[in-house]
Amino acid sequence: MSYTAETAEQVSSIAGDKYKYGFVSDIAADMAPKGLNEDIVRFISAKKNEPDWMLQWRLRAYERWLTMEEPSWAKVAYPKIDFQDAYYYSAPKSMEDGPKSLDEVDPELLRTYEKLGIPLHEQAMLAGVAVDAVFDSVSVATTFRKELAKAGVIFCPISEAVQEHPELVQKYMGSVVPYSDNYYATLNSAVFTDGSFVYIPKGVRCPMELSTYFRINQANTGQFERTLIIADEGSYVSYLEGCTAPMRDENQLHAAVVELVLMDDAEIKYSTVQNWYPGDADGKGGIYNFVTKRAACRGRNSKVSWTQVETGSAVTWKYPSCILQGDNSVGEFYSVAITNNMQQADTGTKMIHIGKNTSSTIIAKGISAGRSQSTYRGLVRMQPGAAGGRNYTQCDSLLIGDKCGAHTVPYIENRNRTAQIEHEATTAKISEDQLFYCRQRGLTDEEALSMIVNGFCKQVLQTLPMEFAVEAQKLVGISLEGSVG
Amino acid sequence: MLEIKGLHVSVDGTEILKGIDLNIGTGEVHAIMGPNGSGKSTLSYVISGRDGYDITAGSILYQGQDLMELAIEERAAKGIFLGFQYPVELPGVSSTTFLKTAVNAGRRQRGEDELDAVQFMKRLRGHTATLNINDDMLRRGVNVGFSGGEKKRNEILQMALLEPYLAVLDETDSGLDIDALKVVAEGVNALRGPTRSMLIITHYQRLLDYIVPDYVHVLAHGRIARSGGKELALELEEKGYGEFLDGAEAA
Repeated sequence: MSYTAETAEQVSSIAGDKYKYGFVSDIAADMAPKGLNEDIVRFISAKKNEPDWMLQWRLRAYERWLTMEEPSWAKVAYPKIDFQDAYYYSAPKSMEDGPKSLDEVDPELLRTYEKLGIPLHEQAMLAGVAVDAVFDSVSVATTFRKELAKAGVIFCPISEAVQEHPELVQKYMGSVVPYSDNYYATLNSAVFTDGSFVYIPKGVRCPMELSTYFRINQANTGQFERTLIIADEGSYVSYLEGCTAPMRDENQLHAAVVELVLMDDAEIKYSTVQNWYPGDADGKGGIYNFVTKRAACRGRNSKVSWTQVETGSAVTWKYPSCILQGDNSVGEFYSVAITNNMQQADTGTKMIHIGKNTSSTIIAKGISAGRSQSTYRGLVRMQPGAAGGRNYTQCDSLLIGDKCGAHTVPYIENRNRTAQIEHEATTAKISEDQLFYCRQRGLTDEEALSMIVNGFCKQVLQTLPMEFAVEAQKLVGISLEGSVG
Repeated sequence: MLEIKGLHVSVDGTEILKGIDLNIGTGEVHAIMGPNGSGKSTLSYVISGRDGYDITAGSILYQGQDLMELAIEERAAKGIFLGFQYPVELPGVSSTTFLKTAVNAGRRQRGEDELDAVQFMKRLRGHTATLNINDDMLRRGVNVGFSGGEKKRNEILQMALLEPYLAVLDETDSGLDIDALKVVAEGVNALRGPTRSMLIITHYQRLLDYIVPDYVHVLAHGRIARSGGKELALELEEKGYGEFLDGAEAA
């Protein structure tokens, strides 16, 4: 039997049990009533003890959302979501009064994060990485805060920032992704529950990597987190987020918003390892990952770099973007999107060149296996003022088997004669010859596949912070397990 | 080492090998010669276990074990090496990574400890100079942008690192000029030894001037038409394959 035929057979036989984060933690939860209405929005706001301006902002978003329609232009298909059939707030019971320190955090919660490979006790942590752990709707722990505070860096749950740093939140929240931006971002604006807030003051190089780990635990619960990072003049921060969820037969919604603001000479490196539960081999269950991420390079010479490794979720709809407003600002997008079984991913970026001599680089690697569909969708726009603007785009697709699809949909709009735009795209298939060659040298199918795919995405993986690059390489192998015979 | 008895092999229903008998003793070097389309490459693929080659009759024993029961990578771990006529490109996978992964994959299957980076590099360095393999080749993607000679030298490097008991070299001379051929042949000769057997598959006698075999077999129409010592190769060089093609359809 040829590899292709075996691949098809194998793919149809594998189950989702390869997903090692699929466990459920038994933790008593404090939940909002099911469904979505104005009362729920008020309930969430009250739970967070929010000031009135925050509630009013949420309510405006909710009202707006009611008038909007779900976008249908992406190359993804899924049954209509019943927004009334979900919970919009779920918090571990033990969090009700808010733990003062890690010692007061439910040990079961700490164990959950340990199982995920994210110990929250500072002495056990990776040196030089501060973590904010978000469990369902609340942040359960943020490590190394004191040490960061010494450098003037604020790293805290966004719900806390609303209380403690209202002037910053009011000024910047919604300034990059307005509450009216798009269907999911607007929904998020109404019902967001937690997420991370980061402020790096002028001239500060953040002394450690910051990271947030998102975990959905409760059934039928959506996660709507919101992250806001402000990098003041001449500052630098590297931030990483990771995501996992239990295996459940129902689909769960994750609609996040991430806003980055960069002043003169500031730099943000934002890395994502997205490994939400992808559903089983027949496409049952899995996370709907509908995310709006955008960076505003407001200052001159500012630089933002998005790196994403997307291996999870049943459906992904995500376009981390850069608004290159400041002169000489730089936007980068490095992406690896792996889809297997019945997964669908429609992902890419938007590079909006506004300032002079702005430049952007897009390197997107899509790997499709099983019966999955992977689409790169990206916009490069040179505004009339973007004199000397430059873009280089490279989109490579790799197909495994003959039942999957890879699609590239670039949108290029140039309104300035001095701007230069380059676009390169390739599509390749892992050949039977390559697998035979590797196996003859002693590698198993899966070792061979993992090696070839890692080679294919090396350019992107090497932009990840060192501590996570190895983890990401392994994840690439795991995600494709069972995709060849 | 290798005992092939009455081997019949079909590809997509067409019989390619029509009853092969071949015994290769430990430490022996055998050459298989024959016209194009005679089934030489098919034989190499069947020994290594490639899919798509149906064995309809006969058997292959390797070190007394039925080869048919073993997967491709299991055969490799047990010491079967195939030097490819057309080595395959693996873009993005550096040669060093590939070689280390391959060496350790075999060691893992055999229950041996894996080599760490330092141990591996030491072994690698022991072979690269003699095969004239520079660091640039080791950094590049496997076989990507390699010249014909570089590809074949890279195959011999892999053979040297994997230390097989049975090396099947399929048309190792194809695409090589005389200087490259000499380097490759020297590499192969350096690996000859009392515990290692080799099966050299070639169309031309030229290679056998440099890698002198113990036995030569002529494969024609899916059968071994004649066997002899190294002088048989010289005879073929003189007379060509004409007598073996008589009375049969051109392959």
